[in-house]
Amino acid sequence: MAGTFEKPEVVQEELDILLIGGGMACCGTAYEVMRWAEAVKAETGKDLKIKMVDKAAVDRSGAVAQGLSAINTYIGDKQDPADYTRMISNDLMGITRDDLAYDVGRNVDDSVHLFEEWGLPIWKVDAAGVRHDGADAIKEGIPSLKDGGQPVRSGKWQIMINGESYKWIVAEAAKKALGLDRIQERVFIVHLINDKNDPSRIAGAAGFSVRDNTIYIYKAKAVMLAAGGCVNLFRPRSVGEGQGRAWYPVWNAGSTYAMAAEAGAELTMMENRFVPARFKDGYGPVGAWFLLFKARAANGYGEDYMTKNKELLNDYPPYGKANVPAACLRNHLMLKEMKEGRGPIMMDTVSALAKLRETLTPKEVKHLEAEAWEDFLDMSVGQCGMWVGENIEPEKKNSELMPTEPYLLGSHSGCCGIWASGPTDLGAPTTEEYEVPAHLPKGWSWGYRSMTTVNGLFTAGDGVGASGHKFSSGSHAEGRLAGKAMVKYCLDNADFKPELDETAEDIANAIWKPVRTFLEFKDYSTAIDVNPNYITPKMLQFRLQKIMDEYVAGVATYYNTNDKLLAMAEEKLEMLKEDAQKMRAKDLHELLRAWENYHRILTAEAHMQHIMFRQESRYPGFYYRTDKNFIDEENWHCFVNSIYDKKTHKWTCFKRKHVDLVDKTKLFAH
Amino acid sequence: MPTFVRTEKCDGCKGQDKTACMYICPHDLMKLDKDGSETGHAMKAFNQEPEQCWECYSCVKICPQGAIECRHYADVVPLGGSVQPMRGSDSIMWTIKFRNGVVKRFKFPIRTTAEGSIDPFGGKPMPKLADIGTTGTFTLDTMGGYRSGKPEELIRRK
Repeated sequence: MAGTFEKPEVVQEELDILLIGGGMACCGTAYEVMRWAEAVKAETGKDLKIKMVDKAAVDRSGAVAQGLSAINTYIGDKQDPADYTRMISNDLMGITRDDLAYDVGRNVDDSVHLFEEWGLPIWKVDAAGVRHDGADAIKEGIPSLKDGGQPVRSGKWQIMINGESYKWIVAEAAKKALGLDRIQERVFIVHLINDKNDPSRIAGAAGFSVRDNTIYIYKAKAVMLAAGGCVNLFRPRSVGEGQGRAWYPVWNAGSTYAMAAEAGAELTMMENRFVPARFKDGYGPVGAWFLLFKARAANGYGEDYMTKNKELLNDYPPYGKANVPAACLRNHLMLKEMKEGRGPIMMDTVSALAKLRETLTPKEVKHLEAEAWEDFLDMSVGQCGMWVGENIEPEKKNSELMPTEPYLLGSHSGCCGIWASGPTDLGAPTTEEYEVPAHLPKGWSWGYRSMTTVNGLFTAGDGVGASGHKFSSGSHAEGRLAGKAMVKYCLDNADFKPELDETAEDIANAIWKPVRTFLEFKDYSTAIDVNPNYITPKMLQFRLQKIMDEYVAGVATYYNTNDKLLAMAEEKLEMLKEDAQKMRAKDLHELLRAWENYHRILTAEAHMQHIMFRQESRYPGFYYRTDKNFIDEENWHCFVNSIYDKKTHKWTCFKRKHVDLVDKTKLFAH
Repeated sequence: MPTFVRTEKCDGCKGQDKTACMYICPHDLMKLDKDGSETGHAMKAFNQEPEQCWECYSCVKICPQGAIECRHYADVVPLGGSVQPMRGSDSIMWTIKFRNGVVKRFKFPIRTTAEGSIDPFGGKPMPKLADIGTTGTFTLDTMGGYRSGKPEELIRRK
C-alpha cells in the first residue's frame, strides 16, 4: 500500500537495465533490448532484469503522442547515408558528428519498415504516379516499402503517412516486447545516482509516482535516459491558455539534459536551439505546404523575402552559399522583413492550391483538400482550431507565419544534447586536439554506442547531441542501436554491483522537499499562493521564462543578446536556482511541475553558458550575439561541450575539435 | 484549445479509480473530482491545468462517452469553431465547424492492422551474442532497411 502525502512510501528495486522515458527512442530501445535479452537467456541462461519507466502512458507519451503526418527521415534505396549526413551538417551550420548521423542514416529505414509491418499507413505512389493513402495503397495492391513500394516524398528525406496512431502503434510493439510487468507508467524519474565506489559510473535513478505517494529508487547497471528535449524555458508568444500550444510538446521539460548534467555527463552544443517558422499561434507544420503543395511565403507586401534578401546569405560563408540554406538562415531572411516593419509574413496557400487545381480533376481536388487538413489533424489539431476560429479556408484565405519562441532539442532540427559514444567503423577521430578535462574520453568512441561520458548511462533521440534531423524514425533507430550496446555493457560488466552514493533517505527527502516545504508553511498566510516561505512552480517558471526571453535572446529582443545581457542572466539564473530549493508542491501534480521546472532551470543555464562561451553567432536567425555578430570559422568551427559540478553548481565549458567524416564540399556545388 | 469535459456526458468512467482521460493525458492534466469539492460535479473529470494543454486530443479521442471537447485557446482564438474527432479501430472521422458555420468532414485511416495484433518478434531472427559488438540492429538482414552506403564517401576510413 502506498504512503501518505505526509509520509511517502519508498520502494527500491534492483535492475540490470532501466529505461527512462517512453517516447520513440525508448520504444526503440525496449524493442532491441528485449530481443538481445532473449539471446542472453538462450545462450547463457541468465535473465536480465529490465524496466521502462515513463512519466506518462506509453501509448501517448513523448513528442509523437499526438501523431504525425510525415516521417521526416527515410533514406530509401536511392540515397546514401553520406548524403543524409551532409544534409544534417548543412542545416546545423557545419558542427555535427558525422559518425552519429551516418549511423542513424544507415539504420533508420529498418525502423520505418517495422512501423509499416506493425500497421502504420504509409502513403504510396502507384506506377501511374497517382498517390494513395496508406490504407488505399494496400487495397490497390501496392507493395510495402520493404517490398519495393514507393513512398510519397514531401521532401528529399520525408515521406507522408496517415500518422494519427503512429505512437500508439510503436508503443504497442514496445509494450508487447517488454511485457506489462516491465513497464511502470506515471512515475517521473527526476534524479540520477552515481556509483558509490566509482563516481564515473551510473548506479541508478529515482523518482516518484504522480498517482500515489510512492518514491521509487532503482539500482541499475545500464540506464537509458531519453526523456525528450526542453520546451517552455523561454517565454512563449502566447502567455495565457495559449502557452500550452507550444510547437514541441509542452511536457518536454529538459529532464534529459538536466539529469545527465547532474550525473556528470558531458553535454554538447547546448548553445544550439531551434526556432521553427510555423503557422502563427497554432504552430501547425509548414513542410507539406512548402514541399508538397509548393506554396510560397512573402512579406506583408507580397515580396518573396528569400529572393529579396538573398544577398544577406553572403555574410555567412560558406554556409550561405549552400544549395539549400540552413533553417536558421531562412529565418534570418524572414526576420529582416519583420524587424523593418514589413510584416505580416504570409503563406500563400490560395495561389498554391489554385495552381494545383489547374491540372487536377474535381475528385483529386477534394483529395488534395483532405490532404491539407490531414497534415494538421494528424499532428497539430490546434492549428485547425486556429483556422476554424478565424474562418480560414486555405483555398480562400492565406495564413500568417511566425518564428516561434526558442526550443532545445536534439532529434528534430536542433542538435543540443549529450556527448555520446559513436560507431568505430566510420573513421571517427580517436584523439583530441584541444585540451579537455582529464577524466573525459578522447575521440568520439569509448566502447558502447550511445553511451554518455558516464559509464553505464546511455541516451538517444533528443538526448544525443550534435546530430539532429533524426526525427521520429531516427530516434527509434538510435534507441535500438543504444539498446544493443546496453545489453553488451551488462554482459561485459556482469560482476559489477551498483551501489548508490546517496542514501535512500537522502534521496527521498530531496524528492519530497517541495511537499515538506508546503506542509510546513501553508498556514503562514491566508492565500495559498502568496507566501514568503515558498514559490509555486508556476511562478518559478514565469521567472525563468522572463529571464530567458529578455536576456538570453528570446522573442522579446528578436533573438538578440550580448555578453553584458548574458552576464545579467547568469546572476538571475543563479538566484532562481537557489529559489528552486523553495518550490512548493501542494499535491502530486504540482510536485511533477516542480521537478520539471528544476530541470528546465539547469537546461536554461547550460544554454546560457554555452552561448556565452561561444564567441560568435553560429546560428543567425536562431540567435545573435550582437557583440560577436559573425560566424568565425577559424576559431569556432568546433564543438562547445560542458560539464556541470553538482557540488559547486558550476559549469565548465570547453572546445572539442570538429572533424568531417564525409566530404562537405558537395553541399556547395551549384 | 484546452479540453473541457461535458458535465452531462462524463460518467467518471463508472466509478473506477482512474478515468480513461487520466490514464492517457501525457501531461497529467485530467483529474477525477471524486467528491465534487473542486468543481461542484462529483465523480466527473476535469482539466486541472488548461494553460498547459497541448491540444493533443489524446483525452478527446479516448473518452468512451465522447464527453470531452475543446474550446480553442481563449487568449488567441475567436470563439465559435470546433474540431471534433471520432476515433475507430482503423480510421478517424473529423467534424470541423468554422465560426461562420461552414462544416467540413474528413475521414483518414489510422492503422492497417487490428489493434493488439502486433507480434513484435514474429518472423524475426534470434540474434547471436557473438554479434553483439557489430554495428546495426538484430533485424539488419531481414527488414530490408539497412543502407550500407558507398565506402568511398567515408573520407577518413582506413
